[in-house]
Amino acid sequence: MTSMPFYVSPEQLMKDRADFARKGIARGRSVVVLGYDRGIAFVAENPSRALHKVSEIYDRIAFAAVGKYNEFENLRVAGVRYADLRGYSYDRIDVTARGLANAYAQTLGAVFTQESKPYEVEIVVAEVGAGPDDDQIYRLTYDGSVADEHGFVAMGGAGEQIESALKERWRPGMSLADALSLAVELLGKDPAGGANRSLTPTQLEVAVLDRERPRRTFRRLGGTLLTALLNSEDPTRDAPTVDETAPGHHDTLTGETPRDAATNPQTQNPRTDEGPRG
Amino acid sequence: MSLGHDAGRLPAAYLSAGSSSFTDFIGAHAPHLLPSRRPLPAGGAFEAPHGTTIVSATFAGGVVMAGDRRATMGNIIANRDMEKVFAADEYSAVGIAGTAGIAIELVKLFQVELEHYEKIEGALLSLEGKANRLASMIRANLGMAMQGLSVVPLFAGYDLDRSQGRIFSYDVTGGCYEERDHHSVGSGSLFARGALKKLWRPSLPVEQAVSVAVEAIYDAADDDSATGGPDVGRRIWPSVAVVDDAGVRFLPDDELRAVVEQVIDGRQGNPGGAR
Repeated sequence: MTSMPFYVSPEQLMKDRADFARKGIARGRSVVVLGYDRGIAFVAENPSRALHKVSEIYDRIAFAAVGKYNEFENLRVAGVRYADLRGYSYDRIDVTARGLANAYAQTLGAVFTQESKPYEVEIVVAEVGAGPDDDQIYRLTYDGSVADEHGFVAMGGAGEQIESALKERWRPGMSLADALSLAVELLGKDPAGGANRSLTPTQLEVAVLDRERPRRTFRRLGGTLLTALLNSEDPTRDAPTVDETAPGHHDTLTGETPRDAATNPQTQNPRTDEGPRG
Repeated sequence: MSLGHDAGRLPAAYLSAGSSSFTDFIGAHAPHLLPSRRPLPAGGAFEAPHGTTIVSATFAGGVVMAGDRRATMGNIIANRDMEKVFAADEYSAVGIAGTAGIAIELVKLFQVELEHYEKIEGALLSLEGKANRLASMIRANLGMAMQGLSVVPLFAGYDLDRSQGRIFSYDVTGGCYEERDHHSVGSGSLFARGALKKLWRPSLPVEQAVSVAVEAIYDAADDDSATGGPDVGRRIWPSVAVVDDAGVRFLPDDELRAVVEQVIDGRQGNPGGAR
């Protein structure tokens, strides 16, 4: 027999679903998204080099998530498809974080009320603007609610504690090195009150949306560059705005093969930047 | 149809797992956006702007691609400063000959295709992979080609695995052929190929490869009315892309002017040009 044995009130049903989703999200490690003077930084505790929690969506838009990997990966791919389709049929500048956040909100909301199980995810869609005041950070939760955040967001197991610490210590106009050190310190705090851990660069996934770059502004940070940025005694305060010279996929800045700005092919091509790029 | 309670929700096609191809995605979700899926009225030839000559030649450590700037519509010059050589991604360039409107739409789709793959997979496609993706787009355009709206691209890129420049040519049926050393497509290609054969040498330095490519375009423009030569009065030079281990870069106008002036000076009283 498949008949409902008991009456369940809608309030109870929604509360059960929300509790279920919250529990799933709280099990994961946290992600911090915070603005700095030249862009938006993303810091996640993630030992994997292949299964990302932070990703590029479009020229000035990135995505960060906590929760179940298969579910947020699904949303990430949908976001890339949404952005590329929009950019292809209109223009690159017509792809906005607000539009994507709305589409995600509708999707998460519909899944929360209609499907047998809500998505156990919390995501951030961030867009870097021409200046710090134009940056946009949207936080989306499992039930489809959207919040327009200013300056910083922390999600995941220790999200609330990290966020209250960020309220005290985050300042607009921080340098990248200061912003990253702050995020890494807070990620290492034990929410249960135990000893603090000090996270090493290999345990971290770090990326930036750099407002000074032309076109695609998203870059991951790793290697000696990340180590230098996290070391308060090192003079490196910021990531370079040009890619490195080592041939290959330039999605990560490692600081190992720096390039002179004058020979950066991405900036040396003003004419074709106006070409029919989707 | 009324908007249901999930209006605004991303359609299922966005959330389906599997394909990293943008073309496959819009083929399933928004086929009207694909140039090859548009129904054409039967019969009746008409004139649309055509792009003309593209040349490409390898050099020590990479490959150069050059294109003239003219688009023609019958006996009319439709455009004198059209760009026909484009960066497809960081390590490859594509030049187009044939019906300009469809060719430019295909290039735009190809650029999104490569970037889409990069973002979804977090890796670059291999050079053969890129060449094959372009072949499948040309193949899908066969119906249009049979109505006279053909597109024939030339694809050149730097192969990161072999550390060398490579050239791929296409036919209207989507056949993809790797070319050795140098190649040219378009209405002036017969003359450009002759010039390339006589001037190209193995392991040329990049500056000489650029000058060989400009000579070939000049020869094509000399004998083919649809190919535009350098326009000194308007300062319109052929577009030249260099692809090497540092990526794609387009030569700036002042550098091009120097190369073109050298070629023109070399032809004063010697119309056959360098040999």
